[in-house]
Amino acid sequence: MSAENRVIVVGGGLAGLAAAVRVAEAGLPVDLFSLVPVKRSHSVCAQGGINACNEVARQQGYSEYQHFDETIYGGDYLADQHPVLEMANWAPKVIDLLDRMGVPFNRTSEGNRDLRLFGGSLFKRTHFAGATTGQQLLYALDEQTRRYEAEGLVKKYEFWEFLWPVTEGEGEGRRCVGIVAQDMRTMQIRPFRADAVVMATGGCGLVFGKSTNSIICNGGAAARCYQAGAWYANPEMIQVHPTAIPGADKCRLMSESARGEGGRVWVPRKKGDRRKADQIPEDERWYFLEEKYPGYGNLVPRDIATREIFDICVNQHMGVDGENQVYLDLTHKDPDYLTRKLGGIMEIYEKFVGDDPRKVPMKIFPAVHYSMGGLWTTFTPGSYTPETPVGEHKPGMVPPVDAQPGHGLAIGAPNNSMTNIDGLYAFGEVNFAYHGATRLGANALLSCIFDGLFCGVSVVNFVKGDRVREAPAESLPSQVFDRFVEQEEAKVKKLLDSVQMRGEIAPEHNGYTIANELGVEMNAACTVVKTEGRLKKCIEKVRELRERYSKVVMSDSAAWSNQSLSFVRATGDMLVIAELIAKASLEREESRGSHYRLDFPERDDDRFLKTLVGEYDPASDEHKISFREIDTSLVKPRPRTYGRVDAKPQDKKEAVAQS
Amino acid sequence: MVADNTPSADNAQETSTPEGSGRARKVRFRIKRCEGPGKPVYWQTFAVQTEPGANIISCLQKIAEHPVTVEGERTTPVTWDSGCLEEVCGACTMVINGRVRQSCSALIDRIAPNDGDEVVLEPMSKFPVIRDLWVDRQRMFEALKKIDAWVPIDGTYSLGAGPKESPETQATRYVLSTCMSCGCCLEACPQYLKEEDPAKWDSSFIGAAALSQARLFNLHETGKQGRKDRLDALMGPGGVSECGNAQNCVKVCPKHIPLTESIAAIGRAVTVHSIAKWFTGK
Repeated sequence: MSAENRVIVVGGGLAGLAAAVRVAEAGLPVDLFSLVPVKRSHSVCAQGGINACNEVARQQGYSEYQHFDETIYGGDYLADQHPVLEMANWAPKVIDLLDRMGVPFNRTSEGNRDLRLFGGSLFKRTHFAGATTGQQLLYALDEQTRRYEAEGLVKKYEFWEFLWPVTEGEGEGRRCVGIVAQDMRTMQIRPFRADAVVMATGGCGLVFGKSTNSIICNGGAAARCYQAGAWYANPEMIQVHPTAIPGADKCRLMSESARGEGGRVWVPRKKGDRRKADQIPEDERWYFLEEKYPGYGNLVPRDIATREIFDICVNQHMGVDGENQVYLDLTHKDPDYLTRKLGGIMEIYEKFVGDDPRKVPMKIFPAVHYSMGGLWTTFTPGSYTPETPVGEHKPGMVPPVDAQPGHGLAIGAPNNSMTNIDGLYAFGEVNFAYHGATRLGANALLSCIFDGLFCGVSVVNFVKGDRVREAPAESLPSQVFDRFVEQEEAKVKKLLDSVQMRGEIAPEHNGYTIANELGVEMNAACTVVKTEGRLKKCIEKVRELRERYSKVVMSDSAAWSNQSLSFVRATGDMLVIAELIAKASLEREESRGSHYRLDFPERDDDRFLKTLVGEYDPASDEHKISFREIDTSLVKPRPRTYGRVDAKPQDKKEAVAQS
Repeated sequence: MVADNTPSADNAQETSTPEGSGRARKVRFRIKRCEGPGKPVYWQTFAVQTEPGANIISCLQKIAEHPVTVEGERTTPVTWDSGCLEEVCGACTMVINGRVRQSCSALIDRIAPNDGDEVVLEPMSKFPVIRDLWVDRQRMFEALKKIDAWVPIDGTYSLGAGPKESPETQATRYVLSTCMSCGCCLEACPQYLKEEDPAKWDSSFIGAAALSQARLFNLHETGKQGRKDRLDALMGPGGVSECGNAQNCVKVCPKHIPLTESIAAIGRAVTVHSIAKWFTGK
């Protein structure tokens, strides 16, 4: 490394901050870019907890390997198995580290870290801090980042927007050497040089209009990398969370931990029953999840719970008060216990709905929550190579491999979590690798921090490598950067030239209206249930919106803090990702995890046990979609039924209650 | 599982957001505007068609889509800061009808329940305005640097678990740790003054949020190592002694953080620390 080497991290959520801390710790200066002060990143919204094997669960027959197996099974075999194995093995160490950083994890009477149940597991293996775990983990990493900032190793660029990756070279030899960014206050656009760039920019919930995501989660940064040539994998895998409160501006999440702490989902057995919840006797309540999935009950994975709730409301018209809503009931629990374990979400429900969920069952409905898909990344496999893929791992069995680091991934290999462009990395939610077709609850915080810490070392090693040594970003001619600055300035000029300061802007060309229509369309066509006909209609609609967007008219010409510019520019990128999501949904003619095709209701391993990869062609403005083989050499795919009562006996035996 | 009936399924999905029990009506928003530092302040009024469940954010979004005043004058979209929209990020703090709070949790049916009610929006007054309702709260994050608001760990490598902690200490620390740096406590504090010049941040009163964070880290087994430095930082000008005990901070804190308890605890610790320092010279 020379004195001039630098690393750029884009995004200040859990993944970005973990990466910044790890890289700075190795002595490499970091430039950290974020649309918001990093302490306000979307990670604060994560509520329920973070998964890791622990001593209590271990003595009940759980193991890191079981966590790995659950994650692969939960993701319906679409996750990359090697990174998931490494992540599960590191999980207990990640918790220990966060504990050392001062995260106020809930405690038992003896002072140990408390645990709760979460979806997709029959063991208590979720660590938590009230019901604001994401906030608490983010703050711990924010504090450590501030420590390096005070030492001068991290420089923050907050209220700066990432506009484009700067690359040099072509084809396989293409390398990322910096970014172009814009100060959202002064509107200055300038290049930044770096020997490696980490994208840690989260998901794309805003493409679906109202979601559980923050206002900043528009997927714009990932969409820009995609348009610059980075591959985007499994875009069709969008998680719809079963329990959210619909609102006028967004849908607010009601954590899975509500069910982990005993919350029960039900509707009145009698259609159109208008009695208040507490007037309906126990035997007239339909606990449909518990009935259909006796083993996991209310803690089936999210895609399954979502489809069941959707079916109850939309197809059977059994929703509470005839509306699209079901009860999430905690009223049988001690109110003090609820405050202690779930205070954060109790407060959200009270503030935004007005009822006290300790006394009245909550009314909830599914909402778009998480993008399993994202920028495609690669890795170097570790030392674990079973002769044949291992079948189902039952609790109490001796794991086929111990939890030593390096079994899943080669530690420090420069390509871990690197995109198809050299030196451009994707960490956290924007990385497609960890969650396959469905993410298990409380695995997201883990994958974000694991990526940052574990693959942060890979970034350092890449910067120490030959390629950077021979041509550090600092040594490159300014033309390499200038052409991307010009490209971004031209985009801004086109938008500002469109500004109309008088009269009403026609809805066809109003950027905000286009974004709203996009959200409604994507929510209707690309979420819980998908069909060929509806997807084709959606693709047409997105085409129409893109056409209208090409003549978009802006309403603000300010050369200072022009938020409209930022929003309307990102809308263009959201349209590109939306089109890719819809086309990918059409191409995947099967049902797997969160992707449910009414016209292809079964999983089809022969054709689609594959990663779907989108590649953007700027010349034709087309998405080239292809399928890549998934390495299933560690775990053998099996039917994913979670012990559903009407599943074929041979398919469900793997999931009876074990604890 | 799902009936073979795509159109109805899709239609239901499109209309699948029950919006609460309020009703649609027009609400007036009087908004204090400013195009940037050094630019004049002016007021504009907008009438917004609200929907049931509407909050300040959803109304500002509508103004952004149709930036037309009640006089029918086309203007620019109002600029404001927001993030999570569920009151955990702190971004969307502003002064609403004279009271500082987050705009996401300000539901229209509660703050303007009657027809003809007006909602007045102003930026926080203790921080420099960037544009309209968007202010620069960088000083809050600088204050966290000043008090070493972190646990001084031995790096991020695997070194076993942290210290055990009683549920009582966890409960105390947890509530302190929910501070989202929103700045409500500073807006309401008579001693906390607006300082445009960063050179003055160090000597001007640091405010409740940072004092409470100092207490948070002093309570942690490892964080305690930095206790003396924190107390030193809070001894001099701008430190805890400048608190005038108005107790406004604790009343406006959206997370119900016991800020006055924190200030008292830090006050006592600083007193003891300064006496000890006087005797021992350390």
